[in-house]
Amino acid sequence: MPLTNALRDDILAAVPSLRAFAISLSGNADRADDLVQETLLRALANIDSFQPGSNLPAWLFTILRNLFRSDYRKRRREVEDAEGSYAKTLKSQPGQNAHLEFEEFRAALEKLPQDQREALILVGASGFSYEDAAAICGCAVGTIKSRVNRARSKLSAMLYVEGAEDFGPDDTVRAVIGSSGS
Amino acid sequence: MKDFKAQKAPAPAKQGGLNPEIQARIGHQLRAMYDDVVRQGVPDRFAELIRKLDVPGETPTSGHIEGRD
Repeated sequence: MPLTNALRDDILAAVPSLRAFAISLSGNADRADDLVQETLLRALANIDSFQPGSNLPAWLFTILRNLFRSDYRKRRREVEDAEGSYAKTLKSQPGQNAHLEFEEFRAALEKLPQDQREALILVGASGFSYEDAAAICGCAVGTIKSRVNRARSKLSAMLYVEGAEDFGPDDTVRAVIGSSGS
Repeated sequence: MKDFKAQKAPAPAKQGGLNPEIQARIGHQLRAMYDDVVRQGVPDRFAELIRKLDVPGETPTSGHIEGRD
């Protein structure tokens, strides 16, 4: 559809959640804002391909996610951003305990495989349905559900289970090695 | 919020069998992190980028770009 003032306002209204999604994907505020900017430019350039009445946020998230994917492939060998870049984007100053907990959570989230992290964020934070998240990621609904479940399990293991880094097949392997090794 | 470390829960038995309390806590943390960014609103650079675009057939909202915040 052609760009209208109403559509422009809707795009503007989606910017805060696009930024939140971009930061959770990239873990880097500056890079996230570049991603958002590129997303907006691409969306506006291709606005004619947006179907009126369809889900505008999902359309914008799809563009951002695809840009991040191609960007990620280009940059994967670059040195990862220093710890704490995410915290710098925050205006609120949480209390010390809350801040530690927050940092721990953020670090655990960054350890998740990218597929699982994005699925968890789309469903658990952005509030998309499994169906919308599947459309954004270009995969089946069942795949999204299983990624979200695996992401939750891993986060739970990293954050809330004493002494466990991971579980699942790795634990089985460790158990086998442990029992036959000595 | 209660102390984080003191609340370590027992290991969830298997995948899909996550303790609902842990599941709720992960959801809460995830949204808290996300909403911290959402609450920052629209940075000026994006507001300007979008507002300065001409919309064909409609009168521009304003010649002057108003900054937010």
